[in-house]
Amino acid sequence: MKAYIHATGNISAQKTFGHPPLLQVLVEQSGNRMRCTEPDYSAFIDVKMIRRMSRIIKMGVAAAMECLQEAGVKNPDAIVTGTAYGCLEDTGIFLKKMVQQNEEMLTPTAFIQSTHNTIGGQIALLLQCHRYNNTFVHRGFSFESALLDAMMLLEEGNVNNVLAGSVDEITDISHAILSRFGLYKNGNVSNNSLYNDISGGSIAGEGAAFFLLTRDPSKNDYAVIDGLHTFYKPANIIEVSGQILSFLENISCKIDEIDLIIIGKSGDEAGDAIYTQIGQSVFANIPAIPYKNLCGEYPTSNGFALWLAAGIIKSGNIPSTLNTAITKKIKRVLIYNHYQNIHHSLLLLSAC
Amino acid sequence: MADLKKQIVEQLNLQHINPESIGDDQPLFVEGLGLDSIDALELIVLLQKQYNIKLNNAEDGPKVFRSVKTMAEYITAHQSQQA
Amino acid sequence: MYTSNAAVYIAGVGIISAIGNNTKACLHALEHYEAGIGPITSLLTIHKNILPVAEVKLSNKELAEATGLSEKISRTALLSMMAAKEAWEDAGLPHSKNLRTGFISANSVGGMDMSENFFAEFFNNPARGKLSQVVNHECGAVTELVADKLGIKHYVSTISTACSSSANSIFFAARLIKHNLLDVAIAGGTDALTKFTLNGFNTLQILDKDPCTPFDENRKGLNLGEGAGYIVLVSESVANEMKDKLYGKLSGYCNANDAHHQTASSPDGAGSFLAMKGALALSGLKASDIDYINLHGTGTYNNDISEGTAIQRLFEPTYPKMSSTKSFTGHTLGASGGIEAVFSALSVKHNFIYPNLRLHTPIQSLPFAAETVFQKNEKINHVLSNSFGFGGNCSSLIFSKL
Repeated sequence: MKAYIHATGNISAQKTFGHPPLLQVLVEQSGNRMRCTEPDYSAFIDVKMIRRMSRIIKMGVAAAMECLQEAGVKNPDAIVTGTAYGCLEDTGIFLKKMVQQNEEMLTPTAFIQSTHNTIGGQIALLLQCHRYNNTFVHRGFSFESALLDAMMLLEEGNVNNVLAGSVDEITDISHAILSRFGLYKNGNVSNNSLYNDISGGSIAGEGAAFFLLTRDPSKNDYAVIDGLHTFYKPANIIEVSGQILSFLENISCKIDEIDLIIIGKSGDEAGDAIYTQIGQSVFANIPAIPYKNLCGEYPTSNGFALWLAAGIIKSGNIPSTLNTAITKKIKRVLIYNHYQNIHHSLLLLSAC
Repeated sequence: MADLKKQIVEQLNLQHINPESIGDDQPLFVEGLGLDSIDALELIVLLQKQYNIKLNNAEDGPKVFRSVKTMAEYITAHQSQQA
Repeated sequence: MYTSNAAVYIAGVGIISAIGNNTKACLHALEHYEAGIGPITSLLTIHKNILPVAEVKLSNKELAEATGLSEKISRTALLSMMAAKEAWEDAGLPHSKNLRTGFISANSVGGMDMSENFFAEFFNNPARGKLSQVVNHECGAVTELVADKLGIKHYVSTISTACSSSANSIFFAARLIKHNLLDVAIAGGTDALTKFTLNGFNTLQILDKDPCTPFDENRKGLNLGEGAGYIVLVSESVANEMKDKLYGKLSGYCNANDAHHQTASSPDGAGSFLAMKGALALSGLKASDIDYINLHGTGTYNNDISEGTAIQRLFEPTYPKMSSTKSFTGHTLGASGGIEAVFSALSVKHNFIYPNLRLHTPIQSLPFAAETVFQKNEKINHVLSNSFGFGGNCSSLIFSKL
């Protein structure tokens, strides 16, 4: 199963919206929470509709619109979205009122905006798109499930293109709770020195990344997705290696054909040990760059990674802001990421 | 009615609209401001919250909420009944 | 490799709802007109004694004992495990390591039944509230509690598209089998009653203060329910070894979007029409081939007229028999597609047509009426099951006799 990445749209902590030159300037943020660099949404969304959209919906809609604009497509043949946390802000607003007002005088807006499929639903509403519309909400597999659904739709032959993407946000409430679970570093860590900090935890991230995937190639495609594979709760590093090797074998890719690996190193020592071990074994001698220092850690961060991989393949080079040592032309990129050592995913992309 | 207009704008998150620009007789639903059924539910709660008035019959909604003026008249009528 | 005409079979069913804790009990209730709708007993809410709901009649403690899971986890997961386990055992598949098995579940608010209690304390003081109450808040976390207990890890995912969630999870699973990524899948959904959803729906003023009357001219709204429903889907090669056990085939499915309003359905039922039409097209069937429609039929003014109009447009001039089993189980949100898939599979296997309870006056503007009598004497070859939700998400499934 293949899919061509024909267009992208990305809102992240970096300056990624509006298709500026790939990561020419990096954004530095300190603390353990990376906030998105957001556009003026009123340029994309009618003011009458904006009032019914919380921040995460605006992020998703704007990223989707930017993607469709780049593709020159008014109405995609299907819309598939992934979100692990859903619409947290509205969920929090409704819950708070429910608790503090003792279930009295509650209003519907926050409730109807809290359902996970609101993002995909609002995109469809805006575009008047009556086609297939699905939302995956499975933690660190939310984006990958959406991608898989999209790739299956393309293979089934009833659609020519699919708008697929993911979005997750951080709110004050979610950050406070996830911090209590010990997910994040304490204190003032700059994302630029994320990997120098050996304390446990990562930095929280958020973002919206959308892709227009097509069955057939066309001019100006970013890259082709050769394969996607996910595996759940691997028993040990041996299983991780085995899964990676059998994935590559299944799509007939030899290890030395890979020019670059984008890895999901999060800054958490325990979790990152897996990347170190794999880097010394299966991926020995293959250049690797991390990406979570750019976007933070969140269940659907692979959307950012796919955007980055696609951009690198399109230009053929790794931006100098990320790495100056790797000088060869990049034609084949493997993305390997895991979320809390529970959700592991592999994506292989090639130039086309 | 000026206060009521401000409350409507706030309750319905009509960020782009200046309360003073809403005409007293301007239709609120479908045309005019273009509000919908969810907004109607919000306005029902607004009546309760700000004016302690319960719209007992939901079918009266379209009449009561036709314009700011009809809303104000309903409020005046029911507030005097309560007093 | 994708095989478009590969058949996908139903090999097992499992269900828990307000009308029964398992398939046999639910069928008994359906046949004896015993609805599960009544006053709220478990939730601590101001709406107690005002809004009727359809509660599963087992406590978390009893569910925990039956499933082997902890009593302290989300009820959503406990209900899910009850039904998924029944479906799995019903299928009786060999514990073969060579069968690539997936678990695709669905729910609308995950572990909110526990999280809403956490937030009551948290909002007073962000350092308060037991973390154990939110650790499985996410929709996907609930799924994983069950997948882990069932020992399924080859492929696990969760869908959330409001009321069409588990219909979507079922046909996503079927497609995974057709793409030769899985041999077997347990698919469906679950949802537990929560104050969050009860209050949310109440603000929309679409809850009936009496037991609901779907497809009745004087219907006043829906009753929320809880439960879980799963079916076990298998590929043709697996099905070949279990011919007698099979319930039927999933012969058609479609997902379309109404794109009309965030919560209300369009008056002409555009999304519903497209979903039903698409499912028919995929199955290769004509509208007149459908013997029974298990309606989405929530009992709200809006859904029933919208769905009814779409049915009129698609099926006229002759209409199949139809009914809404939500008149028994209430509207179980994320579980409804799964629960109704179980009823549909049983319908094609045993020729059941379920009654639509409390129907006094059929909707006057529609040229058909729902069935009010339980039937099992006519041959049922094809059943259409509808699930339409917020966000315009409309899905229809077609189950066919072998």
